[in-house]
Amino acid sequence: MSSEFEPKILAICCQWCSYAAADLAGTMRLQYPANIRIVRVPCTGRIDILHLLKPFEEGVDGVFVSGCLLDDCHYVNGNYKCTRRVAYAKRLLEQLGVEPERLEMYYNSSAMGPQFAQTCIDFTQRIKELGPLFSSDAACDAA
Amino acid sequence: MTASNLQSSTGAVMVVGGGIAAIQASLDLADSGYYVYLVEKSAAIGGVMSQLDKTFPTNDCSMCILSPKLVEAGRHANIELITLAEVQELKGQVGDFTVKLREKARYVDLSKCIACGVCAEKCPKKVDDEFNRGLNKRKAAYVKYPQAVPLKYAIDKDNCIFFQKGKCRACEKFCPAGAIDFEQKDRERQIKVGAVILAAGFKPYDPVNYAQYAYAKLPNVVTALEFERILSASGPWMGHLVRPGDEKEPKKVAWLQCVGSRDINHCDHPYCSSVCCMYAIKEAVIAKEHSHGDLDTAIFFMDMRTFGKDFERTYVNAAKSGVRFVRSRVHSITETPETDLRIEYADDAGMLIAENFDLVVLSQGLEMNPETAEMCQRLGVDLAPSQFVATGSFDPVATSREGVFVCGALAGPKDIPISVVEASAAACAASAKLASSRGSLVQTREIPAQRPVLGDTPRVGVFVCSCGINIAGVVDVKAVMEYAATLPNVAYVENNLFTCSQDTQDKMAKVIAEKGLNRIVVAACSPRTHEPLFQETLQAAGLNKYLFDMANIRNQDSWVHAEEPEKATEKAKDQVRMAVAKASLLEPLNEVQLSVNPTAMVIGGGLAGMNAALNLASQGFATHLVERDNALGGNARLLRITAKGEEVQPYLAELAEKVKTDPLITTHLGATVETVEGFVGNFKTALAKDGGQEMIEHGAVVIATGAGEYKPDEYLYGQDPRIMTHLELDSALLSGELDPAKVDNAVFIQCVGSREPERPYCSKVCCTHTVETALHLKKHNPESRVIVLYRDMRTFGEREILYKEARAAGVLFVRYDVERKARVAKEGDDLFVYVWDHVLGRELKLPADLVGLASAIVSHRDQALAQMFKIPQDDDGWFLEAHVKLRPVDFATDGVFMAGLAHYPKPIEEAVAQAQAAVSRAVTVLSKPEITLPGTVAVIDQNKCVGCGVCWAVCAYSAISQDDKGLAVVNEALCKGCGTCVASCRSGAPNLRGFSNQDVMAQITTMLQG
Repeated sequence: MSSEFEPKILAICCQWCSYAAADLAGTMRLQYPANIRIVRVPCTGRIDILHLLKPFEEGVDGVFVSGCLLDDCHYVNGNYKCTRRVAYAKRLLEQLGVEPERLEMYYNSSAMGPQFAQTCIDFTQRIKELGPLFSSDAACDAA
Repeated sequence: MTASNLQSSTGAVMVVGGGIAAIQASLDLADSGYYVYLVEKSAAIGGVMSQLDKTFPTNDCSMCILSPKLVEAGRHANIELITLAEVQELKGQVGDFTVKLREKARYVDLSKCIACGVCAEKCPKKVDDEFNRGLNKRKAAYVKYPQAVPLKYAIDKDNCIFFQKGKCRACEKFCPAGAIDFEQKDRERQIKVGAVILAAGFKPYDPVNYAQYAYAKLPNVVTALEFERILSASGPWMGHLVRPGDEKEPKKVAWLQCVGSRDINHCDHPYCSSVCCMYAIKEAVIAKEHSHGDLDTAIFFMDMRTFGKDFERTYVNAAKSGVRFVRSRVHSITETPETDLRIEYADDAGMLIAENFDLVVLSQGLEMNPETAEMCQRLGVDLAPSQFVATGSFDPVATSREGVFVCGALAGPKDIPISVVEASAAACAASAKLASSRGSLVQTREIPAQRPVLGDTPRVGVFVCSCGINIAGVVDVKAVMEYAATLPNVAYVENNLFTCSQDTQDKMAKVIAEKGLNRIVVAACSPRTHEPLFQETLQAAGLNKYLFDMANIRNQDSWVHAEEPEKATEKAKDQVRMAVAKASLLEPLNEVQLSVNPTAMVIGGGLAGMNAALNLASQGFATHLVERDNALGGNARLLRITAKGEEVQPYLAELAEKVKTDPLITTHLGATVETVEGFVGNFKTALAKDGGQEMIEHGAVVIATGAGEYKPDEYLYGQDPRIMTHLELDSALLSGELDPAKVDNAVFIQCVGSREPERPYCSKVCCTHTVETALHLKKHNPESRVIVLYRDMRTFGEREILYKEARAAGVLFVRYDVERKARVAKEGDDLFVYVWDHVLGRELKLPADLVGLASAIVSHRDQALAQMFKIPQDDDGWFLEAHVKLRPVDFATDGVFMAGLAHYPKPIEEAVAQAQAAVSRAVTVLSKPEITLPGTVAVIDQNKCVGCGVCWAVCAYSAISQDDKGLAVVNEALCKGCGTCVASCRSGAPNLRGFSNQDVMAQITTMLQG
């Protein structure tokens, strides 16, 4: 059963909003699955396309980016830039035989602790349903 | 006493209040050489802003933008936070005050509390949570809100079972840090300061007196502030839009405006509360976003007062998005048997209509807190008839007591940006008095010389915090510590009960020296709150502060995986491994020091510009005042009186005279800016004047270039001398050309050129100006017929009282719709105005021997200046501030500030306050011999750069330019360290110090190596 599968998930969060939302989720003692490891960056605009692809090469099962709400970026518009980069990386993943759903962009403001926790719950569930990286038929075919 | 400073004074200021205004005033003063006592009545700073969900008009998350300011104020070496305290007495005079404070016992030792929350968890006593406006419960041992500063618990004595009944002490028993101290006593303190700033804010009006709205009886009738908490993600329902009565999602929500405002029947509040129209629109829009289905929202209002920058657009967009706007004052709310709320109101035509809603929000006004009013009386500070602190238009932050200043909503209802402007203005005014003692009481930290570590093998020290039981109760910290010892480069590991405690910090400094550690990883709470503390310890031990990283094993591990200790321990190991991998790669970063030229430039010699120059000079800074005209004064030369009735011309003449005679001010008339080079601290500006050029070096600049008046192309303007714009009318009255006693029939037309598709903004000042002029005409000729044709009367704040006076004096107000504008016609020699009257349902023909056109204020659209100083403009041509809410006079470009109409149309007192605020902000730069820039900036490897230009195109701060070889180069003075350039380069030339490609990649590649 897939319930045995515990995916490894990377979350890249900007330090102004989403990393703060993750802190707030803690302060509010909201519980979410322990599958996620968070890397802090100043702004999601700083996230390189390689930061989105390399984790899959390493065997990470899913990656999500969480930035400030659109139009609320601390650095003007970094989250828009990242949004486009994530969309582009999804297309690349698809060509490489990785389900694009394994990569996602979210937006959580620093007051959105509950929403951040929900993001973690939903995304973990999504990856559990997808199964381990390169487990699906589509992936096997492409590979 | 003028603005000139005192010979001797105390270089400290007390700021009373803890909201955004108090915080901003404190930060400005502490950053410009004064020691600040920030005195707050409750257990934490943050004020009403911390309770808001979002802020208008940008719908920024309120806590997100406030929180960094809270942390900055809480950590500032020159701000002493005194919570649970009230001012009892103020003795002495400006420069030498003694303040008597009463500080209530917190019963929690601030130095020991680690904010773990065990006291609150174990406390058996539940009470209404005032932060959530009583919508849920908190304990008697509590923290005001999760992001509170100081983040320390407190015991509410009035509700504590031990204090009330003599038994319990559960908190004391379970506190892992031994922080509970029932022996604490209230105490009195005497503090010496040179000036006092009052920023104690307002009280949200309690609508319990509106019996027909049944707020006290019906649970689904809530106040606007309660609704903010309902919307807030950290509120009682975690941001789920439900009604308090039955926690069901509402389908129809109504907002009732002017509850406790513009009302002398239920409350003695003849004024408008200025902010309610905008917050109601914001709440309606956000509520629609929160609801998953189709939420019906309706705002019942009298006049829609969306007069601020981008407010009108927000209003128009809200209407487009389906928010209904109903012009009516609601008579009553009754509950139906189905617990719906039935609203009865009369429409425009006078028809009685009833409609059912399932949630009603009362847009409560702002009022003076009676306790604050008492304090003002104790301090000898006069109140205005509205009960807010009395101020004048020309000195908007001065109170009746010299040396005591006021800012924010305590001086009248206002929104956050204007409060922030006034806060900086009050800091400027206090600082001007105390300039002689600047720097006399500030504390500076001695930093020992740094040990060179570049090239040394990394020797990482890992400190794993138990945080009492907060981490250790879930995570096996011992196992994490032992695991850390096995990681590459780790030379030392240790587990602490509290890594942040003072004794551990002392020990950490010692261990760094003894073991020769050159990188430190702390596995504990969040870097957002604790990184600066640990970095100070590194510095004290002679290590560069950037050789540090944290693993967040509390907020992002033990607290969120409390039920899964094994998985949490595994995660903590991963987090430590990733942090050690990053730390091993970290290099010492240099914080560049820039020298500052303590000279200022002010561009624009109008009322705002002159005020800015005088305030800079009074603080001791040489100032160049640049005016393109051949005379000072700007638009104000054509103005008669302020909204408070003060005459403008004598004041303006005095101001110009002071500017001319001030030895520190050099005035450049007939001069324009030609070129600008440099950056904060060191600008070089070339002025074109007298046919030649003059080069001026300066450290900061205030842009106060003003605005112009729209020349109408309708209403027969320009075809008859009796049809005048506001400025023309004021001028004619000033010069005596127009005798008000001889005007028998005057018609004013509002919104001429404003709130039109090509200018979709409100010019803010015209309604008040018309009312003033109408009253002037009535005063000189009581028999005259004065009629005002308006769309919404926007006499905001205490100006509403003038509107009321005008109606009492017999001025007639006729509302028109933009689809059915008035017409001006000339029939023979006679002028007539035709307008459709909604109430009568017919067109009126009004004879006029004077037609006043309230024409719009328009931007000069000075593109050249905008480009030279790299400052953006919005669609309407107004200069765009760094942040609409919290940095209203700053630009994203450091060292450049603004004041007056160049920002947006505004009345005189706001222009003066902005000028003072811009000076206060500029002085935070000018008062330092040098400024330190953060080390986390971008750097370009020119060996890899091909000069393609992508990085300088994506940089939002114009921090990257092309050098003479055509390659990219970063100006560290402008770089904000976002790293966008790094991610956008095709050849990998830029890198971000502190978050380099290697650093981030190291964390990614070690994530699965457990």
